Amino acid sequence: MTDASMDSAPVKGRLTTVDARTRKRNAAEKRFKAYGLVAILIGLFFLVVLAVSILRSGLPAFTQAEVQVEFTLTQEEFDAAESQMLKTRAYEDLFIAALQGQLEERGLEVAFDPAAIERLLGKTGGTIREFFLENPDRIGTPVTFDLAASSRVDGYFKGRVTRDTVVDSRFLMVSDLDLVDALADAGIITSSFNWNFITGSDSGVDNPGGAGIGVSVIGSFFMMLVVLALSLPIGVAASIYLEEFAPQNWFTDLIEVNISNLAAVPSIVFGILGLAVFIQFMHLPQSAPLVGGLVLTLMTLPTIIISTRASLKSVPPSIREAALGVGASKMQTVFHHVLPLAAPGILTGTIIGLAQALGETAPLLLIGMVGFIARAYPEGVVSGFIDPNSAMPAQIYTWAARADAGFYEKAWGGIIILLIFLLTMNIIAIILRRRFERRW
Amino acid sequence: MPLLWLFLIVLAIAATAFVLSRSRVLAMSGQDRRTLHSLPNYYGSNAAMKSAIPALLVLVIWLLAQPFYVNNAVSGMIPDSAIADSSSRGLVLAEVRRAADGLDLAVARGEMSEDEARNLRTDFTDVTTRLENAGAIVTSQITQPILRAAQRFRVMNTIGSQIMAVVVLLIALAGAFWAFRETDPVFRARNTVEQGIRALLIAAASIAILTTLGIVLSLVFNTIEFFRLYPASEFFFGTNWAPSFSGRGGASDLGILPLLWGTFYISIVALIVAVPIGLFAAIYLSEYASPRVRAFAKPMLEVLAGIPTIVYGLFALLTVGPLLVEVFGDDGLGWMQSGTAVMTAGLVMGIMLIPFVSSLSDDIINAVPQSMRDGSYGLGATQSETIRQVVLPAALPGIVGAILLAASRAIGETMIVVLGAGAAARLSLNPFEAMTTVTAKIVSQLTGDSDFASPEALVAFALGMTLFVITLGLNIFALYIVRKYREQYE
Amino acid sequence: MYDAPHYTTQETAVTDVKIKAKDVQVYYGENHAIKDVSVEIENNTVTAFIGPSGCGKSTFLRCINRMNDTIDICRVEGDILIDGDDIYDKRVDPVQLRAKVGMVFQKPNPFPKSIYDNVAYGPKIHGMARNKAELDDIVERALRRGAIWDEVKDRLQAPGTGLSGGQQQRLCIARAVATEPEVLLMDEPCSALDPIATAQVEELIDELRQNYAVVIVTHSMQQAARVSQKTAFFHLGYLVEYDDTSKIFTNPEDSRTESYITGRIG
Repeated sequence: MTDASMDSAPVKGRLTTVDARTRKRNAAEKRFKAYGLVAILIGLFFLVVLAVSILRSGLPAFTQAEVQVEFTLTQEEFDAAESQMLKTRAYEDLFIAALQGQLEERGLEVAFDPAAIERLLGKTGGTIREFFLENPDRIGTPVTFDLAASSRVDGYFKGRVTRDTVVDSRFLMVSDLDLVDALADAGIITSSFNWNFITGSDSGVDNPGGAGIGVSVIGSFFMMLVVLALSLPIGVAASIYLEEFAPQNWFTDLIEVNISNLAAVPSIVFGILGLAVFIQFMHLPQSAPLVGGLVLTLMTLPTIIISTRASLKSVPPSIREAALGVGASKMQTVFHHVLPLAAPGILTGTIIGLAQALGETAPLLLIGMVGFIARAYPEGVVSGFIDPNSAMPAQIYTWAARADAGFYEKAWGGIIILLIFLLTMNIIAIILRRRFERRW
Repeated sequence: MPLLWLFLIVLAIAATAFVLSRSRVLAMSGQDRRTLHSLPNYYGSNAAMKSAIPALLVLVIWLLAQPFYVNNAVSGMIPDSAIADSSSRGLVLAEVRRAADGLDLAVARGEMSEDEARNLRTDFTDVTTRLENAGAIVTSQITQPILRAAQRFRVMNTIGSQIMAVVVLLIALAGAFWAFRETDPVFRARNTVEQGIRALLIAAASIAILTTLGIVLSLVFNTIEFFRLYPASEFFFGTNWAPSFSGRGGASDLGILPLLWGTFYISIVALIVAVPIGLFAAIYLSEYASPRVRAFAKPMLEVLAGIPTIVYGLFALLTVGPLLVEVFGDDGLGWMQSGTAVMTAGLVMGIMLIPFVSSLSDDIINAVPQSMRDGSYGLGATQSETIRQVVLPAALPGIVGAILLAASRAIGETMIVVLGAGAAARLSLNPFEAMTTVTAKIVSQLTGDSDFASPEALVAFALGMTLFVITLGLNIFALYIVRKYREQYE
Repeated sequence: MYDAPHYTTQETAVTDVKIKAKDVQVYYGENHAIKDVSVEIENNTVTAFIGPSGCGKSTFLRCINRMNDTIDICRVEGDILIDGDDIYDKRVDPVQLRAKVGMVFQKPNPFPKSIYDNVAYGPKIHGMARNKAELDDIVERALRRGAIWDEVKDRLQAPGTGLSGGQQQRLCIARAVATEPEVLLMDEPCSALDPIATAQVEELIDELRQNYAVVIVTHSMQQAARVSQKTAFFHLGYLVEYDDTSKIFTNPEDSRTESYITGRIG
């Protein structure tokens, strides 16, 4: 097929018959195209795997096994319990009696001892005593207690812990699972929506069941306020200068080079900057959302400046000429005409920048937002900015670093909440762009 | 919060100046606005600007300078004898600051009178216990020199703040008065205000420079401090990384080579995953995909880029790691001991980088002019021949730039390696072993420690410096290549 | 039928029909770009397509080697036959077709490779040479035929993009003839060139006529008059008139052709 004489070259054959070489080349073409398609499919496959593993591991964090026990405490029982040395123990005994009663009512008979109840539900006596001390008027009337089951029982309910994997320990005995099954059959132990996870605060290292992300959401919220309040005006001002006023000189070049390089500096380096400048040098409080916000502002600024400049650039020069033509000053032209027209684009870019900042973790590790147990909501606005708090990604990292499968579940659950926030922000950005985008 | 009050008062002065200057110029114009050079609001803005901005500028500078001055003055009060062998001046100063905070707290809670706080002596009272009772954090016994320094520290800070308040308010009033005086109908208020705004815009743009400067300075100073305590040659050429955990001991080995090796190894694994997939995806999207496929697949891939790195870190630790152990672990091939390994981190980082490589390459491939493709098709080349022999060679510089940017991303990535790569620093070729990286060690050396006096903490800055220099070099080189490439086809 | 101009008399006698188009329609999405074009293009002849901008002459040219396939929204109906084979037949591979029907573009588009590699690209992908020596031979012959050999023979490894505009265009012509096509399509090959380079390329086109059927789209009526033996006038997607060049320029039958020639439309 590769005759020396060019007249007999393959291309001289009839067009309607495909020669062998062309067939080979077409096969190569198909293979090459398939590689591309496979590459895309691999990418999408990873996305699906990621989504599935987040949902599968994270959704259980939103439910919690709870024991519902109806319980009537008579005045005599109350007085008797209060007169004892081990008061909570007395309440526990009462509680166990009530529980046994409820089981018998349903015709189930399981033997259990107080230690098993403690392993299942923690120290129930204390909770009950506290309730009645606070609400003495409820003594003598039926009260329903919703008690969260321990993390391992919760895990058994969700299939994380099975009879095969469970090892007898002071946290859970295999025999306890019979009791759990019986309680579940009786409808006393049920799986219900875990509001505490959404609104609650972080718990100690030994209580994954009680951990919630609510307080760190507030921490993130205050951080984002700082980022928004600083990066939007500064970013817009810097972009306006660079796009509309900056002369072509070494200073402008220096700024441009700095911005494009800052956009690619690893985020951990911004963390070092925050630690050295804001905490070591300026003595701002550690772990404070204010400091986190400042660091994230510096990190987000290049992103916002780059997108803002793009939207300023997309406003056609004719608008500027028209304004200058009626005698507006350069400054008036920019602020009265160019900026309003570029506003949707700027807003979109800012939201995307904020979303990026919201998910950023590494710098927060260095300014002390990790490992910190955020137990309480801030008391007010000022306290929200300067009191130590955690942030969503930092809280997730803290949970991931605790070697307990119960906390892993919380970490995945936290990721779902974080991603919901990010998704919402991105959707808002897309809607803004769709609605206000203007083609000139 | 007196600072907040000071700030509000300055703003109030500015607001008043605005109103006064505006009404003054209106009055002077005799109700005929047309005689004014500028709109009345510009006269007001001029006054507000002149009263608020210089005052706030002085406020910020003062706030930055005062701790410096006070620290130096207090540091001079501490005799060398008060600094223990295992300690340093910096640690003692931190102690002083904590003692001062403790005194503040005790006064605020009413456990101590202001007089007492100023004149306490350790000879007569057990200050340490009293401060602890007041809820202050005291790490060791407070000695007399430290207490005296702490008391001095408090006094200087208080006086400094008072002087600052007075100076700032005077500047605000002077500015307001000056602007009020110069307000008359022929004054070019608009031009002045616009110049002021322009200065603000320049200041905002300069923040990029300040940030870089801040990064460089905070890295350089602490790195120099580190090299004073630990020899630079051992840091750069040491093959062992074993910081002592006691904190102050001198027995640490802080060689960066195992960390650099781990960093590069993981990055290479990541690039081996990301570059072929990303590049082929980009080729398919830009050359083959129908508009509908493209409109679907491109944003879907970019979702991968929008996912926070903490998610990838968790994915590596809890999903990919265990999965790899199942295949390569003791039950499978027996190569892997635990889920955290170079392979785990590299694989997940590779997934993260796919959209990065693909969207950059997509842009670059699209920048190759259509005439180039037409020329090739016109000669009877198939599409894949055109891509491999014409488009890719033409786009090569840009693609190399994109890969370098991705490499710089991989080297600077933190969360995935912190969670997925393990903590052991070692020089090994086995990708199924745990290794650690520069970024992971920065995190572990700096987390939770607020005193930066020990080499174990300061080494993080030297690591950060190395990281910064490497990534900056890569970025500048990559951006240079990409820009050159773009100019070629513009 | 009509008086053949004196300089084409001999050729007309020996030419045969190379390309035959019948009722060709081209649509770009909703836009009907080419309407009912039928034409017979002869071998060893330079055929010029003229007409105002957007009249469809380039579009029709690109149909002849199926370059329009690369545009998704483009649809071609009707028959185009080369040597009796319908090129839009399902069995025809556009890759093979384009090796037979070479194309030169408006703007010189050398690949960012060496001069040698630019010319060798086509022969390589079509597997026309068994070894390096043969390839060298093909490249030299193509460069000679492109009338650029003398200018580049000492720097074959220099990048093709480093040549001047006229040289680049002749390099592209050499590249096109290297695959031994039978038809050569030229889409305004001189529009990006200065007058001297244009003259060189025009001279080359006249030489190429010995071996190929050359179809050239041009904006310049002078050029069409200089280089072509047959001329087709397109207007608004229709082929208005097709005839000997001398006839078109001296005695057009259609009033639209006359208006265009005399400069009233276009």
